[in-house]
Order: sequence, then C-alpha cells, then structure tokens
Amino acid sequence: MTSSAMPPPATAPEPQRPGAGAPPSSPVAAPLAGPAPAAAAGVPMIAIDQVSKWYGDFQVLTNCTTSVVKGEVVVVCGPSGSGKSTLIKCVNALEPFQKGQITVDGTKVVDRRTNLPQLRSRVGMVFQHFELFPHLSITGNLSLAQRKVLGRGREEAEAKGMALLERVGLKAHAHKFPGQLSGGQQQRVAIARALAMNPVVMLFDEPTSALDPEMVGEVLDVMVELAREGMTMMVVTHEMGFARKVANRVIFMDRGEIVEDARKEDFFGSPRSERAQTFLSKILSH
Amino acid sequence: MFANFDFSVILTSLRYLFLDGMTFTLTLTALAAVGGVVLGTLIAMMRLSGLPVLPQVAKVYVNFMRSLPLVLVIFWFYFLVPYIGQWATGAERPIQVGAFTSSLVTFTLFEAAYFSEIMRAGIQSIPRGQAAAASALGLTYWQSMSTVILPQAFRNMLPVLLTQTIVLFQDTSLVYVLSITDFLGAASKVAQRDGRLVEMYLFAAVVYFAVCFVASLLVRRLQRRVAIIR
Repeated sequence: MTSSAMPPPATAPEPQRPGAGAPPSSPVAAPLAGPAPAAAAGVPMIAIDQVSKWYGDFQVLTNCTTSVVKGEVVVVCGPSGSGKSTLIKCVNALEPFQKGQITVDGTKVVDRRTNLPQLRSRVGMVFQHFELFPHLSITGNLSLAQRKVLGRGREEAEAKGMALLERVGLKAHAHKFPGQLSGGQQQRVAIARALAMNPVVMLFDEPTSALDPEMVGEVLDVMVELAREGMTMMVVTHEMGFARKVANRVIFMDRGEIVEDARKEDFFGSPRSERAQTFLSKILSH
Repeated sequence: MFANFDFSVILTSLRYLFLDGMTFTLTLTALAAVGGVVLGTLIAMMRLSGLPVLPQVAKVYVNFMRSLPLVLVIFWFYFLVPYIGQWATGAERPIQVGAFTSSLVTFTLFEAAYFSEIMRAGIQSIPRGQAAAASALGLTYWQSMSTVILPQAFRNMLPVLLTQTIVLFQDTSLVYVLSITDFLGAASKVAQRDGRLVEMYLFAAVVYFAVCFVASLLVRRLQRRVAIIR
C-alpha cells in the first residue's frame, strides 16, 4: 500500500501542525531551558522527569528527563538494550519505575489518586508484536475497549471502528480474524484500535521491527499521515527515514541514559555525542 | 460361558439405572465441573496475582487437596462438616447437610484444585503482550481478564478441561461410600438384590466406557472447531 491509498483528511491541508503557529522545526528542542516562546502552543503532553528504573541491581533507566509537546513527533532511537522501549512503557505505566515522575496531559503517572486505566485510555499504544486479540474479529478488536472503557454503544463503537479501518485501508477485512491478516495489516489494525479511543497522544514501541521488509512501508505511511494531522507521537524506531520525514526531535538513548535530545536537523546534521555518531554511522551505512 | 448368566436383569432395571442413577451422576458431574472451573479459575488468578499472601494461600490449598485421596475427602466432608457447621454457628445439634449437597461441595472443592492448575497453565499460555495491550487500552484487571485473557485461556484449555471432566464423571462413582444412588450405586443395588453381580457390573463398565469414549471423541472434534486462528 502506498500513501495514495489514504487521502489526507480535509482538516490537515499542510504537513504542518495545526494550532502551532511556528513551523515544524520550531525551537522545542530545549525543554529544560525554561518556557520557550513556542511554548504558548507547547504545553508538555508528556513530561518525563528524572526517571530511573532498576531490575534488581541492574539499572535500566538513569535519570531520564525529556518532554513531548502537544503536536510534536519525537523519535526515540538507540542500540538494542538501551532502555528505549522500557522508557516508552513507563509513560503509560505498563512498566513501573522507582524514581522520578512522568506527567501525561497534566496527570501524574505515579500518584495514588491517578486512575491508571483512565489515563491509559487516553494514551494510545502500538506494540512491536501488534497484540491484536486473536479470539475477536477485527471489528471486535476495534470496539472492545470503546465499549468497556468509554461506555460507547455497539453501533457507535462499530461505526467509529469502521471509519478508522477505512482510514488505514482495511475496511474490507472487518469481519476477519487477526490471524487471517498479514503482519502489516495487523499493525494497521492495531493503530486503528488505539485511535478508536480518541487518544491525546500515541506511543509506538518499535512498530515495524517485527514486520517483513515489504510491509514496513504501509505501516509507516499510516504513521506519517497521523503525524501530519498533528497527532502527538512518541515513537521508538530504527526507521531513520521516518524520523527524517516527520520527527520534530530525536532522542538518542544508550545504556539507559538519554544521551542526546536534539532537533531533527541537529541530530542528523551533527550529533554532539560520539555514541550517537557511532550509532548513526552503523545504521545509515547500508 | 455365559450360560449361567441372566442378562435380562439389565432390561428390567434400565429405568431405575438411568432415571435414578445416571441422572444423579450426570447432574453431579455437570454441577461440580461448572463449580470447579469457576472456583479453579479464581484460585488460578489468585496464584498468578502477584499480590502478597494470596498466591501462597492458593498454592497451599491446591497442594493440600491434591495430596488427599478423594474418598477420604468425601468421607471427611460428609461426617465432619455437620460438626464444623455446628461449631461455627453455635447450634445445639450438628447441622444436617444432605448427601447430595455434601458430595457436590466436596467434588467442587476437590476438582477446583485440579481445574486451577489447568487454568493456570491456560492463563500463562497467553503472551504477556496481550495483557499489556488490554491495559494500554484502559481495560481494568477484571475487564482484561474477562474479555481478553480468560476467553483465550478457556479456548486453549478446553480439551484438557473436558478431559478432566470425563475423569470427574468416573470419579463421581466414589459417592457409593455415602450410599448414594448414582449410576454405579444403582447397578450395585440391583446386582446385590438379584444376585446378578457379574451381569450388572459388566453392564456398568460398558456404559461408563461408552459414555467416556464418545465424550472423548466429541472433545477431539470440538477442539478443532474452537481453535483460535493464529
């Protein structure tokens, strides 16, 4: 599938964030440098503050601090085992962490008063292995959480699901079961399933890593489209082409630390850290 | 060699054997299986919960039940429960529990230990990502269990659950120790009244075999139909 199969909606005329007056390359690169001018539109949707996590004695995350502003697309990359998947799973508390705080759309993740299921329902997540529910049809997959969590009626949930299926180009497959679809199709359904909850932010945990090469494109197309519509996205991926195309910022992690947190142009232009340079030279040399 | 046998006793006692005996056996099997699966699933969830204390309680229960002979548990419940009831409620006399209720409770509690191990394996067979995906969509633990994890676990384990139920069907014959008229009990009573032990016990064996064999075949066919496409 190419992106032509999914026409951009009328509300997104330009590949630019609606609402943000600044161009996509606006100076959101320094989240720690106080409220930047662009912060008028730049309310942090995700604020990760000094997060550390241990598995027993082994420290997987060390003082990770960053933020994702509304409408921003942030790509997290780094060598395997660098903690990037762990970090993104901390955002919706799928992984607990021992130190620090994460705030999502004003709600603290580590707080007894926080209703975690409610918080998670507003944070869409797409997994490496799709994780569609194999015992439910595609329609069932799309409507389950809408009905159970958001309390939507069957008709409303199925209509919403259908609309999203059409968006990812899979309307004809609604009656099938996940096992009857290809990996790329399953991942597009998984994206639609997350979008059905009307999330304020979308997390992608290596969404194309488990796919055959010829299916990577169809999933990335959906994600590019989503980014251009102004969805706030945090994406763990090795797809540097995707990062170049739609990311605002790139975060480079190594050994559980955020080594680099830079604007896309700066990161691909001249990464400041040696580790990031080595990483880039390795994955871009082919 | 069958010259001295009189198989007509089977025909004349058919009504009693099936209407009284088999009805009781099947009722007890069905109710105990349903109760055992429900209780067993809860025990499996306790065991896998990761909460303090609950997993240990579940583990002790399962290991305790599995290390006792069923006959002993049946006895124990029938003769001791009235006194436990008396002690618990402070009544003047032992609380009377009927033989059926007593055996139903016994089989439910006993089978729950076995069903819980099956359900534990079933729940553990579901990839962790499924629970993560359910949580990420905002489903609570109970919602995720009831709509995502358990339906898949049941389907994966259905053949084993039904096979265990077939074993339960055979085990219900042990209620003879309470002099209850289940199928075997009925056959045994007729056999002793008419002095036709060989005929009746042969017939009982044939019936048990036929029921279990057909049930096994059905389980195998069902297994193919409910399998989840992966």
